[in-house]
Amino acid sequence: MLTLHCPNCGVMADETELHAEGEAHIKRFGPGSSDEEFENYLFERKNPKGVHFERWRHVAGCGKYFHAARNTMTLEVYGTYSAQTLAPPKTLVNAIKKKHPEWEGWA
Amino acid sequence: MSTRLADHGRLIDRSKPMNFEFNGKRMKGYEGDTLASALLGAGQTLVGRSFKYHRPRGIIASGGEEPNALVNMGQGGRFEPNQRTTTTELFDGLYATSQNHWPSLEFDVGVVNNYVARFLPAGFYYKTFMAPRAAWKHVFEPIVRQSAGLGKVPKDRDVDTYEYFYHHTDVLIVGGGVAGLAAAKAAAASGAKVMVVEQTAHWGGRTPVDGGEIDGIPAADWIEATVEALENMDNVTLRLRMQGSGIYDHGYALGYERVADHTPGDGRPRHRLWRIRAQQIVNATGAIERPLSFAGNDIPGVMLAGAVRDYVVNWGVSAGDRTVVVTNNDDAYRTALVLKEAGLEVPVIIDARAAVTSPLAQAARAAGIRVAEGKGIAKVHGGKFVTGVSICAQAGEGSSLEEIKCDAVAMSGGWSPVVHLWSHCGGKLIWDEVQAFFRPDPARPPLSHDGKGFVLTAGSASGALGLSDVLTDADAAGKAAGKAAGGKAGRKAAPKAAAEVHQAMEPVWIMPQGASIQKRMKMWLDYQNDVKVSDVQLAAREGYESVEHTKRYTTLGMATDQGKLSNINGLAVLSDALDQPIPQTGTTTFRPPYTPISFGAIAGEAKDELFQPIRKTPMHDWHEEAGAYFEPVGHWRRPYTYPKPDETHAQAVNREVLNTRERLGLLDASTLGKLIVSGPDAGRFMDMMYTNLMSTLPVGKCRYGLMCTENGFLSDDGVVARIDETTWLCHTTSGGADRIHAWMEDWLQCEWWDWKVHVANVTEQLAQVAVVGPNARKVLEKLGGMDVSKETLPFMQWADGTIGGFDARVYRISFSGELSYEIAVPASQGRAFWDALLEAGEEFGVMPYGTEALHIMRAEKGFIMIGDETDGTIIPQDLGLNWAISKKKDDFLGKRAQLRSHMVDPDRWKLVGLETLDGTVIPDGAYAVGEGVNANGQKNVIGRVTSTYFSPTLNKGIAMGLIKHGPDRMGEVVDFPTLDGTGTVIKARIVDQVFYDKEGAKGNV
Ligand SMILES: [Zn+2]
Repeated sequence: MLTLHCPNCGVMADETELHAEGEAHIKRFGPGSSDEEFENYLFERKNPKGVHFERWRHVAGCGKYFHAARNTMTLEVYGTYSAQTLAPPKTLVNAIKKKHPEWEGWA
Repeated sequence: MSTRLADHGRLIDRSKPMNFEFNGKRMKGYEGDTLASALLGAGQTLVGRSFKYHRPRGIIASGGEEPNALVNMGQGGRFEPNQRTTTTELFDGLYATSQNHWPSLEFDVGVVNNYVARFLPAGFYYKTFMAPRAAWKHVFEPIVRQSAGLGKVPKDRDVDTYEYFYHHTDVLIVGGGVAGLAAAKAAAASGAKVMVVEQTAHWGGRTPVDGGEIDGIPAADWIEATVEALENMDNVTLRLRMQGSGIYDHGYALGYERVADHTPGDGRPRHRLWRIRAQQIVNATGAIERPLSFAGNDIPGVMLAGAVRDYVVNWGVSAGDRTVVVTNNDDAYRTALVLKEAGLEVPVIIDARAAVTSPLAQAARAAGIRVAEGKGIAKVHGGKFVTGVSICAQAGEGSSLEEIKCDAVAMSGGWSPVVHLWSHCGGKLIWDEVQAFFRPDPARPPLSHDGKGFVLTAGSASGALGLSDVLTDADAAGKAAGKAAGGKAGRKAAPKAAAEVHQAMEPVWIMPQGASIQKRMKMWLDYQNDVKVSDVQLAAREGYESVEHTKRYTTLGMATDQGKLSNINGLAVLSDALDQPIPQTGTTTFRPPYTPISFGAIAGEAKDELFQPIRKTPMHDWHEEAGAYFEPVGHWRRPYTYPKPDETHAQAVNREVLNTRERLGLLDASTLGKLIVSGPDAGRFMDMMYTNLMSTLPVGKCRYGLMCTENGFLSDDGVVARIDETTWLCHTTSGGADRIHAWMEDWLQCEWWDWKVHVANVTEQLAQVAVVGPNARKVLEKLGGMDVSKETLPFMQWADGTIGGFDARVYRISFSGELSYEIAVPASQGRAFWDALLEAGEEFGVMPYGTEALHIMRAEKGFIMIGDETDGTIIPQDLGLNWAISKKKDDFLGKRAQLRSHMVDPDRWKLVGLETLDGTVIPDGAYAVGEGVNANGQKNVIGRVTSTYFSPTLNKGIAMGLIKHGPDRMGEVVDFPTLDGTGTVIKARIVDQVFYDKEGAKGNV
């Protein structure tokens, strides 16, 4: 029962209001892509033990999607941010890096 | 034998006797008793049989950690198995029976398992599954069936009600002992909103039993004054009879309140499940005493020393007249002193420690109690009750030095903090060498969203065992929690108690330390699951080195025990067998709930009509009045058919089909999903969502469209209407509207967020009626209004206007093959419009039809149905829908996936029609078999049926199915073996899937 701050409507939302939507920042590959690219796009997921970037939808709230940077082990939430971005904000990445110097980093 | 004493019993009211029944025997107790204290007070030491060996079992503990004394409570609609006598408050008329025995508690046939115990070792179940089938069926299964299952399953419907409460608080304190109260006082002083929950009916925990002074007044008085002060604070909520059952992510906790277990039938909900969100949680959950592992430690009359003390002080009940105390620590001496003070015999305190000089030991000696140092129990004598013990040297192998007669044994292996709730959400433990227990590691608490700890521990739960330490620790925890939750920093001094001098305990995992295998086979580690020292040692020898594996192999600490009594002793024995320190072995995972909570509480009010919300169309009441038989479609209830009196459902469905084809049918199609897609980039977006080219659809026209997932599989279908230059209306399946809406939002918000499109789900804004049949136009023309002629409104077009005075949008689309108008009116007008159609349609033979008639008519026309012809592995090409897949578009969702080798494999099963040779109906889900056999000797499967019906129109069985190379095999006959056991094979000819009106003439008139 996580709580996540919805950056769209500003609510600290209980997990019952939210829907997990899988890994964030996956680049779409359509027609013209190689089999390997397409396989990666469709099936390969990081599923890390530790820092992870996820998509969530505030489904029983404002209905909007957003991104969350979260630790799958400790359940710490480093931050939530707009769904309309291809990469996490630099400040957020730096803050996580500072906290976890051993972290391999974003992407 | 246990009995009720003439005095003592601070919790009972002797002026209020209560009658109850146990195994048919009438017994008497008092208000304030637990069922356990009342049973012991009535002399009932034998209360059940163990799970596996059916050994006689008595009460061991006085709280939630009790493993043995589980009974069937109540009768009929209030029957419930596995109720813990130690946590069941007595009430007048209580009815209970014991469990796990046949035919009676005193004489149990299942005890034979006890005599074949050496054939039921650790891992018995796993080993047995490897045995030959015959042995399993004839030898093992009857034994396992006899002994499996704890208690009986209720047969009647639960007559009680249950409910949920939701609560937000700054600080939640679990446990209302002195630690919980001291923490609450400190947290509340910070100004934070505080909730304190206590699982029993009393505040103060075990402290009143052991006495002592707090801040210069007797502990019991301090407890009373503190509770009163807390009750008077606006920012404090106190709840008794409420357990903190589990702690979950980010400060979420479950509270289990047993509102009316002790007052059944008084009209209140029986249980309440509290869903609590707290910023900080303080676990003041206390400690649990550990048993000692000596031979015969499960014989009724062997109890935990602290429990023996509780029964005397709290309920005026003695476990026996002559009680031997056996211990490795100081605390059990208190029990000896309490017994002595109550006028009972304590022939000896057997202490495993070599020399005992602590103040408590001196007090015992001064009271005239013999202390046998460096000794242990070699064996407990007795069967259904204790008759005596043999004393031995703890350091030796168990030669009896002395026999002592007694009728009870009070044992103490030391105390372990209750770390369950700390561990539920990831709090880590450290091994305390001095006190030989795992305790919460304050440096590694469960983390909240902000990366900071949200759980603290207070008092014994932290590992503090003396009253003085408990109070200091609890006060600090309360202050810290209040501050972390945003309160003021506390400055008041902690409550004070005199410091005590203790002699260190000495870890004793087996008694005596060199016990033989015969003795180890009689040392119970887990009473509930019948796991002995020898079982854990066997598991270690057989290679089970991980504690989690050993747990499952031996069942140690499983079921309701969850590591309460069995945990440390079991880990210690395993560590010893593996020759490694205990912290290296570690613990198993503690999982919520702390003790079992009722299914009723979990369900709450979600049953019957409140089980889930039901969506109703504007015409729902009419369907109900018409006697419709409903089927669930998502959260909707749709009429399946409208049977007349004396009509079977099948007859009703056939009538509805024929009437629609010959005269006039009405279908409530309001559940159909209706999504409006609008904006400057809507056309481009529609082209991505659908396989078809939707951007070129002219305004005023309709087009059937398919939607696929990125994996290429068909996900939804429906008719799309172009409303204006920038607006499309998408019909989805009834069950798919919300899913497809979310799907569109996903792509718009997360992939093409710069596209100017918005989507609105208007499903519930509109009531929609399909007016179907040769008389469809006649009834609309009679109602009057807009021109619905073929010329003005041809097939696959739509128009806005009025019909019979109703504002309507009319689509010329058909899912039945007949002349058909689907008419949308505002939802508020739905029922009136439906009534108007029925009235006007009477002269044209109007009849409503349900979803089954809809399905049959679409199958007669060879139209696919999402969920029948598709199952998440079907691409449109499998269904011969290539015509609906645009070749002009560079991209659409699913296009890339459909180019993969497996998707273009010519061997994929393809949709065809199937016509049985004898006119019968192929069973649902039947498979088609072909030539040859597979590696298992089974016939090769070449396809399966997807839709199969009796067609009243054609008066024979028709079906659609996916068949390997199907479209190339037109006219061939395939076999569908039935599974009814008769060996019947239905033969069906592969035909075109359109069975009725192949030219489409009927709908296009
Ligand atoms: Zn939101």
